[in-house]
Amino acid sequence: MTVTLTPAENAVTPRRPQPARDRHHRGASRWIVLVLVTLGALAMLVPFVFMLLNAFKSPGDYSSGGPLSWPSEFYTKGLRNYWTQVNFPLKLWNSALIAGSVAVLGVVVSLLNAYALGIGRVRGRLWIVGLFLLANMLPQEALIYPLYYVAKQIGLYNTQLSVIIIFTVIQSAFGTYLLASVLGTFPRSLLEAAALDGAGKWKILWRVVFPNLRPTLAVLLIFFFIWTWNEFLIPLVMLIDNSTQTIPVALASLQGDRLMDAPTTNAGALISLVPAILFFLIFQRTLSRGITAGAEK
Amino acid sequence: MALSETVAGPERPATSTEPTPTGRKRRSGNAGYWLYLLPGAVLFILVIGAPLVGTIYLSLTKWSGVGDPTFIGLANYRNLLHDEVFWTSFKNTLAMIIAMVVVPTLVGLVLAAALFDVIGRKFKPRTAAALRAAFYLPQVLPVVVAGIVWGWILRPDGAFNSLLDAVGLGALRHDWLGDPNTAMPSVMAVMIWVQIGYPVVVFMAALQRVDPELYEAAEVDGANWFRRFRAITLAQIRPETFVVALTCTIAALKVFGPVFALTRGGPENTTNVPSYFAYYTFFKKLQVGYGSAISTVLTLIIIVVAVVFIWLQYRSERQDRGV
Repeated sequence: MTVTLTPAENAVTPRRPQPARDRHHRGASRWIVLVLVTLGALAMLVPFVFMLLNAFKSPGDYSSGGPLSWPSEFYTKGLRNYWTQVNFPLKLWNSALIAGSVAVLGVVVSLLNAYALGIGRVRGRLWIVGLFLLANMLPQEALIYPLYYVAKQIGLYNTQLSVIIIFTVIQSAFGTYLLASVLGTFPRSLLEAAALDGAGKWKILWRVVFPNLRPTLAVLLIFFFIWTWNEFLIPLVMLIDNSTQTIPVALASLQGDRLMDAPTTNAGALISLVPAILFFLIFQRTLSRGITAGAEK
Repeated sequence: MALSETVAGPERPATSTEPTPTGRKRRSGNAGYWLYLLPGAVLFILVIGAPLVGTIYLSLTKWSGVGDPTFIGLANYRNLLHDEVFWTSFKNTLAMIIAMVVVPTLVGLVLAAALFDVIGRKFKPRTAAALRAAFYLPQVLPVVVAGIVWGWILRPDGAFNSLLDAVGLGALRHDWLGDPNTAMPSVMAVMIWVQIGYPVVVFMAALQRVDPELYEAAEVDGANWFRRFRAITLAQIRPETFVVALTCTIAALKVFGPVFALTRGGPENTTNVPSYFAYYTFFKKLQVGYGSAISTVLTLIIIVVAVVFIWLQYRSERQDRGV
């Protein structure tokens, strides 16, 4: 996109010579826009600055200097306390296990569903897709009590598996909706050519459809991961044990704790944020590629 | 974010236009595809269908979660009508819609246009990308973590009051989340902060679709920025605006995590929302039947809102094609 824009801009300028006053005016207003938007962006970052500023303060430092003072020493004990107190590596593993499994399984289920709906065009598919779309919009409160009750009965309560199964279905409801509409426009000629070569449905799915869909699937995978990583209500209800909880649930359950002073709260929030930001930075390129791939369709 | 495809939607039937080889062959060909739907369908019925039916049934009963539910008909719904907390929670949903849909969509449109149209084109696209990342950052943060950090910032001895002191506005110091008068506005401000990045990113992606020549032509015709914004930007990215408005409205109706982390619905229910009310009724008050009734009403409202949105979108698309 950046490539197509720059020449367009260049092409405009020489074509229309402008009165000097107008040009000057335009030059000033674009700077005003830049300053305003930059100020807005900086304001968005203020809470993160607060978090950083207070995550490395000693409790004494905090109580004497307050939340805005520069830390008098680089204090990491709050961070280490939080790390060991909540057994952070275990929480990280739980979150990664749940979000990772859901991302992969959710994409597979979405793809299978969408293959039947978008390419197989099974009967009643409009209703089926509509049902999936509505399911994605349901409030989780409308499902939670029966799920909680049944999970308790069959021994899945307080296991990561229960959360993985639930979110695989919830996320794939959205994935099915999205992929079914994408596959609805899949070039028929490709399918027919493969069928003439004697490829069965299973082979066509993995040799023809899957490779073509890979950018969209990658975006879906990342969305599923981040969405599941950030989920709260169902993990809060289903995972009550220290050994099964995810990062957001662990942080929230420490919140009311008197032992959590302000620096520890900030340290906890900071390390809970790091995996999400790392993930975001790593996959940002994939995401913007996926967006363009979708837009070009 | 790949949402542009969802707009086109699967609603356009394609079978009718397509030549059918021979009736029998076609049908047997389709039948094979049902197998692919099987795992998804079984999971769907177990995890979504059956629990939903279960909740609707439970809403007609009185149950504490142990023993057998007692069938009481529509009594829970009658009680809801007279429950002040119920009405308050839905009134608060309107505030959430303002904070999570109206403000982010309007501000997001202006920001995306400014970032794409002015900063991306008249400065470096890189600058626009960096600024966009700053707006999007809160979206990456787990909402509960955001709620906990903001809860600390807005505390009586938190960073916001210290900031007011530092700039000489110490007279405004306040227990922002503890005072019934300021709790909701504070939660709304936090939600705007959380939400704003989503429309910015979606609208910026949408603007990439728009043919730059449209803007050039308008510029040559002497249309000023605001007129170009109205006539081109808004018109061209209307599908994405629908999607953003719909998904944000659904999110506002369902909001739970931030309320849990910031205020637990307090003080005096001034920030209570239906989903927190339902959670509290299920797991703290152990009134499963009543909680199910709240959830069922919320579900119905969400379905109605979604259907109205999709119908409006469908109508506007048809008008576009018809004209």
